[in-house]
Amino acid sequence: MKVILKFLKKVGFIILSLAVGLILWQAFTTYSDIPSFIFPTPFDVWEKFLSVARDGSLLFHTLVTLQEVLLGLTLGLGAATLTGYLLAKSRTVERVLSPYIVASQSIPIVAIAPLLVIWLGPGIFSKILTSALIVFFPVLVNTIVGIRSVPVELYELMRSLQANHWQRIIKLEIPAALPVFLGGLRIGATLAVIGAVVGEFVGADKGLGFLVNVGRGLYDTSLVFVSVFTLVILALGLYGSVVFLESRLLSWKKRE
Amino acid sequence: MNSVNNQQPLLEVKKLGVTYTDEKGSLQAINEISFSVEREQFICVVGPSGSGKSTLIRILSGLLAPTTGAVFLDGSEIKKPRQGVGIVFQKANLMPWRSVLRNITLPLEIKSVPIKEAESKARELIELVGLKGFEDWLPQDLSGGMLQRVAIARSLVQDPELLLLDEPFGALDALTREKMGAELLRIWRARKKTVIMITHDISEAVFLADRVLAISPQPGNLRLDLKVDLERPRHEEDRFTPEFVGLTQQLREAIE
Repeated sequence: MKVILKFLKKVGFIILSLAVGLILWQAFTTYSDIPSFIFPTPFDVWEKFLSVARDGSLLFHTLVTLQEVLLGLTLGLGAATLTGYLLAKSRTVERVLSPYIVASQSIPIVAIAPLLVIWLGPGIFSKILTSALIVFFPVLVNTIVGIRSVPVELYELMRSLQANHWQRIIKLEIPAALPVFLGGLRIGATLAVIGAVVGEFVGADKGLGFLVNVGRGLYDTSLVFVSVFTLVILALGLYGSVVFLESRLLSWKKRE
Repeated sequence: MNSVNNQQPLLEVKKLGVTYTDEKGSLQAINEISFSVEREQFICVVGPSGSGKSTLIRILSGLLAPTTGAVFLDGSEIKKPRQGVGIVFQKANLMPWRSVLRNITLPLEIKSVPIKEAESKARELIELVGLKGFEDWLPQDLSGGMLQRVAIARSLVQDPELLLLDEPFGALDALTREKMGAELLRIWRARKKTVIMITHDISEAVFLADRVLAISPQPGNLRLDLKVDLERPRHEEDRFTPEFVGLTQQLREAIE
């Protein structure tokens, strides 16, 4: 009972906050002189949502972006975890690779996205790559910090128990590094959406980023709003999935 | 259990010497220590800090190689961690994400023992160390004394012949410490192990051991090999008998 009440209270606050936001938005558009094609009312956006939802185009573009995001996230995650592990384990690898990694971080993703589109074409691959690139760094850093935070005493314990490499990785390093690693994944999951949209902005004929571009070109601000909201929901969904994963995998950690 | 000639001592330490060397120079931690340990004996090693006690236990466990000399277990030289030796560290060294039960099954999991079998062995030991009912508790919810009980159970789960304890009760308060000492004696009697325990507490050493080795500091030298002929089972009151006090006196003089 208590849990349900607590949940309802939490949801209640979210609904209340959204409702206040909508009212303010409506009030702003009603009492200001800004024409609705520049700044649409909530009602315009809702109408637009219904029309693109009905003709299936919203779902189509959402699925395209979702696919890019998920593949980009997987790729970025895989590459970052492997590289991170190697970097954490070997000072030599760290010395060789770190100049490139740090340098790559000083280049804004928008600046290299056009290059990727030129190299990989306007299809889905360039978006997967922009998404993977943006996911890479936070996951990499957290993997390194996570692996380096494994207590020396536990390594000693594993050694005294004659554990082999795989056992050390599976029974010690992965569970010990997981809290920090998942923190990186939280950041990476939301960034993956941004990466895919940046790729779509540069050159694409489908996806939510493309839809934003179309809306901009047509002065169809309602369409831009619908696309942006969908992106926000996508990012929230991914973030929520990671939080859910954390609550399942890290149930041993005490939370406040 | 084994067919090895039982006349032969279980453990032989021959002219053991350890020198740590780094860029700044070298430090002699242990200087030619020799002794042997009979089966089912309870040995305590006492000495002030800096006497190389921990170094000695690391060598006996095979975690560290000696600079000179050698250690033989059952006639074969110890060069790396091996089967048949259980270790309890200064800190309990439990994995915080594993329950009490799972921390104790860890050594068996590493040896690929089927999980059902591992759990039943672990449950037996949980009962032995007096933690029945705490199987599913996490280390973070246990007191210092309970943590060391888990560590002791873990070290016994592979049924080792030799049990090495490196100041296992050093972090506990005086009362818990005495209680744990008595518990350790009970476990030792029940399981018939050969025990080598490091401590800096002379009274604790005399109370527990059949034989106490006193080591002087920097470099570690064997000063006194003292036989403790006090009747077993021993009781807390025994600490105030003239024999007991005499023995502690002798050890104190040897170390200073």
